[in-house]
Amino acid sequence: MLIIYFNIETKIKRKKINNIKDKIQKIFGPIKLSLEGGQTLKGTTIAYSTWGALNTEKSNAILICHALTGDQFVTGKNPITNRNGWWESIVGPNKIFDTNKYFIICSNVLGGCMGTTGPSSINEQENVQYGMKFPIFTIKDMVNLQLALIDSLEIDQLFSVVGGSMGGMQAIEWASSYPERVYSAIPIATSYRHSAQNIAFHEVGRQAIMNDPNWQQGNYYNKEVKPRHGLSVARMIAHITYLSEGAFQEKFGRDMQSKVLSWGFDADFQVESYLRHQGISFVDRFDANSYLYITRAMDYFDLSHSYDGDLSAAFKNTKCKIMIVSFTSDWLFPSSESLAIVKALNKTAADVSFIEVESDKGHDSFLLEVKDFYEILSGFISGAARKK
Amino acid sequence: MSNQLNKKLISSLIMNNAKVLDIGCGNGELLYHLEKTKSINGQGIEISPKGVKESVSKGLSVIQGDADIDLVNFPDNTFDVVILSHTLQATHKPKEVLIEMLRIGKKCIISIPNFGYWKYRMQMLFFGIMPITRTLSEPWYSTQNIHLCTIKDFINMCESLNISINEAFRNTTYSIKKINKPNSYMNNLLSIEGIFVLSNNIN
Repeated sequence: MLIIYFNIETKIKRKKINNIKDKIQKIFGPIKLSLEGGQTLKGTTIAYSTWGALNTEKSNAILICHALTGDQFVTGKNPITNRNGWWESIVGPNKIFDTNKYFIICSNVLGGCMGTTGPSSINEQENVQYGMKFPIFTIKDMVNLQLALIDSLEIDQLFSVVGGSMGGMQAIEWASSYPERVYSAIPIATSYRHSAQNIAFHEVGRQAIMNDPNWQQGNYYNKEVKPRHGLSVARMIAHITYLSEGAFQEKFGRDMQSKVLSWGFDADFQVESYLRHQGISFVDRFDANSYLYITRAMDYFDLSHSYDGDLSAAFKNTKCKIMIVSFTSDWLFPSSESLAIVKALNKTAADVSFIEVESDKGHDSFLLEVKDFYEILSGFISGAARKK
Repeated sequence: MSNQLNKKLISSLIMNNAKVLDIGCGNGELLYHLEKTKSINGQGIEISPKGVKESVSKGLSVIQGDADIDLVNFPDNTFDVVILSHTLQATHKPKEVLIEMLRIGKKCIISIPNFGYWKYRMQMLFFGIMPITRTLSEPWYSTQNIHLCTIKDFINMCESLNISINEAFRNTTYSIKKINKPNSYMNNLLSIEGIFVLSNNIN
């Protein structure tokens, strides 16, 4: 009885979400998208949001690329979570990415679950959700879909492409594959390839999902149960990697939920309760199969691979202004990864800036208010605008 | 005053629209000045995060890096001009840095605080202490300047490395004068700073 009630409630919630989503976001497509893996994805659509206005020269567009579990709702109220957009503090009128001056575009990535074609979309040939029949795609495929969107908006050159983490991978891919289409690029807390440790963490997350009996080989869309536990555990693991030892210690220490121990396995510690909350709230807004596919795309990312390991060759035509930012306490994408990109760019005498920002907040620093980070972002944007 | 003179001289040695690397660019003041006055295409390297932040905030392209380590990444003849202003004395391997500069830049401008300046000599001679002045303001235990030298020392090093000095200048704190006689005792004694122009097509 209770399960049925929750199911009805979830369905109503989902329908409500879809209605809001449809209202505020734009869709481009369908198009035929050729994937790096050799397959063609027919009927691909990309969901995106924009802020500000495109000027007559179409020279003021900034593409913001979201991270693994991000979405196109950069600023303003997110219709799904009802919370502020993930870069609310820097995108908006008179903010660093000033919507009075710039035309801001953010699209949901290929394979995502916020309106862009992904594993939860209907495979029109079979009239049922793709699930595991969705083709494997890459970061470059994500960028190619964004490119199709930018083409449709008749924008020859983006003023900037910016993103953190997986968004940074996309920014680097743009600078490498379509250098003439971007005037500047800001890859933040990212790498030119996913490290062994990062692949390892992703693998644990994926195994958690795939070993949840409710995953049902990915065919859970029309079932009563979904792999909530698996996805929630995957999120909990990932969340640990987004913070730092110092951030955990500072935020929670050994603080308890109540004054007495449970002498069992309840969430005695606040950190446990926090992680569980992170896991549970995530499953309401994210599709487990999307998580599998997008983490795979990150794992497959290695910009130097097509150039026999010579990363600088990947940037041989890169003339755009690039600013690379890393954070001191980020152990998921440590500064050494950014430095490798800087070195490769120096070898091609590219126009590059690099700064390692002091922050104890770990990988998530790029989403948080770090004063130095904001100052350099702002400086770079205004400097780039002045020189254009 | 001497700082302004230095900036003015360096500026006069750079042609318009040149591609310039400033190693140890600090807060980017010189690069910014050159971009404004000479429309240069500038790039900086700076070791302190504060300096990088201030430079980038000015719209300059600056990487957080180390002169001792990061010059090797640049290809030969990348820059029309490479500037090393008051930085050589803070490097671990000044000789190697100089050689790298000449590899990546067609023309190099190097300025050094002259440890042979009479005020420094006086402090050593009469007080028996490591000199502290406005230019070299940190005491010996906290200074970044680990390889101080004199104008004469620098010229000698260039000679030993077969590097010809195209032009040399000295800063008297009131004015900048051309050094015509490299071995002049008085030049070495009366100058707070030496500025040298080297180019890589000679060696």
